[in-house]
Amino acid sequence: MIEYIAKRMIQIIPVFLIVSFLIVSLTRMVPGDPVRNILGEEATEEQYRELSEKFGLDKPIVVQYVVYVKNLLRGDMGRTYFRNLPVSKEIGDRFPNTFRIAVIAAAVSTAVGIGLGVTAALHRGKALDSLIMVLSLIAVSTPIFFLCIILMVVFGVELKWLPVMGLATWKHYILPVVSLSVQSVATISRTMRSSMLDVMGEDYIRTAWACGIPRHVVIYKNAVRNAMIPVVTVIGFQFGSLLTGAAITESVFSINGMGSYMVSGVMSRDYPVVQGTILLFALIFVAVNLITDLCYGLFDPRITYN
Amino acid sequence: MGSLVLITFFIVAIFGPLIIPGDPFAVSLGDKYLPPGPGHWLGTDNLGRDTLVRMVYGARTTMLVSFLAVAMGSAAGIFLGLAAGYFGGRTDSIMSRFVDILMAFPGLLLAILVVAILGTGTVNTIIAISFFSIPGMARRTRGMVMSLKRREYVQACHIFGASDMRIILTHILPNCMSLIIVDVTLALGNAILTSSSLSFLGLGVQPPTAEWGAMMNQAREMIRLQPIHAIIPGIAITLVVLSFSMVGDGLRDALDPKLKNS
Repeated sequence: MIEYIAKRMIQIIPVFLIVSFLIVSLTRMVPGDPVRNILGEEATEEQYRELSEKFGLDKPIVVQYVVYVKNLLRGDMGRTYFRNLPVSKEIGDRFPNTFRIAVIAAAVSTAVGIGLGVTAALHRGKALDSLIMVLSLIAVSTPIFFLCIILMVVFGVELKWLPVMGLATWKHYILPVVSLSVQSVATISRTMRSSMLDVMGEDYIRTAWACGIPRHVVIYKNAVRNAMIPVVTVIGFQFGSLLTGAAITESVFSINGMGSYMVSGVMSRDYPVVQGTILLFALIFVAVNLITDLCYGLFDPRITYN
Repeated sequence: MGSLVLITFFIVAIFGPLIIPGDPFAVSLGDKYLPPGPGHWLGTDNLGRDTLVRMVYGARTTMLVSFLAVAMGSAAGIFLGLAAGYFGGRTDSIMSRFVDILMAFPGLLLAILVVAILGTGTVNTIIAISFFSIPGMARRTRGMVMSLKRREYVQACHIFGASDMRIILTHILPNCMSLIIVDVTLALGNAILTSSSLSFLGLGVQPPTAEWGAMMNQAREMIRLQPIHAIIPGIAITLVVLSFSMVGDGLRDALDPKLKNS
């Protein structure tokens, strides 16, 4: 087990190196020069050279990359071009907001998604099943930003029940979490339903029924647990979209988080900001996938990690 | 039901300007934020432009962006998947690593990265969305090719000395077609979701071009008083995406009964 974790950790390193190299080198090939952007058109050649040197943009890409990774290992992501603030600190200030919302949304969508999926499977072919499936199809087709706007108009503007800006109290979390969760709830419940139906048709479930084991034991102890494996994969993937969905929810609900920071970085072409945020998002996603793989063992002891 | 919405969408996107004439860029500041009514059936936006006309032109932009992006992304994905699945070995590991790297960026992030590199605008949005549809397509084609490769008739072709190119083009690709058609349909829905998200964030198609996501972004400033301008494009996006998933699911059941419950 430990060996497996170590092996997977080592596998992450090349992915991390390639991804970070791509991010660093590609952002340098951008048409439109950030130095020109900052200085404006009438800057002198000397000012231009000075600023390029300050940002290290005058050196070859490989050198820039090595410097970047070296600093990164010390927890330094460079300084923003426009206000000269340390990116690591800026991200550190915003990350908890994004992470908190993503974790709450993941917990909510896992619980609700599994609940709905099991309910639909147990009522297969009945009205309740069709209702859950139709609603989940509509939910996966609704853009997150549209959902944000509907929730905002209904609960924030018309009914005035919930605040729609910032994250001051627990009430502020409700709308962003709900709008983020809806798509994941739909995906998780659909996967749970089909997986549950597969498992319910297995011989060992039939045997369990035949032995007269109580209904709730068969369903919750045998069926649900076995049906979880494909769902765990989906939950891992959903966490990634919950993180990036933050770009949208944070911009609609004016939340100071990683997503809105990344979007503003892309808009103003502030490379260190873009590099830092995208790299962190990618790393978390890779880490979550590793955790997902490790979770399989919890649900199926037959899976060994060799 | 789904195909009905899609046919309407195509007709509106292609012939819409003939049915509903008007200039999507005609600014008329005196007619700002008119509510829906005669003359302007869906009202006017922040610059007095007719929302209905802009919706029609928005359908065009949406169709253009998603179709081109999915065409490019699927072509690349299918090529990678075919090569990786058929040749295996080193080709497979190089291609699969490439796909792994693309997969390291969840959802919208890959599209945002491409936009960060290339900048915003319609063409760059198309490129960004096409990258977004490569990994899934490559993975599924690869899986399919790997199972087809071992079938007897493909083995027989080898024995009769058919070239790799011929086997791929006349035997393997046609057999992947049903999978590809289903995938492309589902990818189109996804492409519309992603491209409108990008435009909504201000990172995709730029104003004054009419695009549904960008229209919703513009409508945000008046959301308290006139939410209708954000709601109309939102409903349109949802309906079109929903129809693509319904048609995709329907096609899957029709083309490949084996896949029905997966």
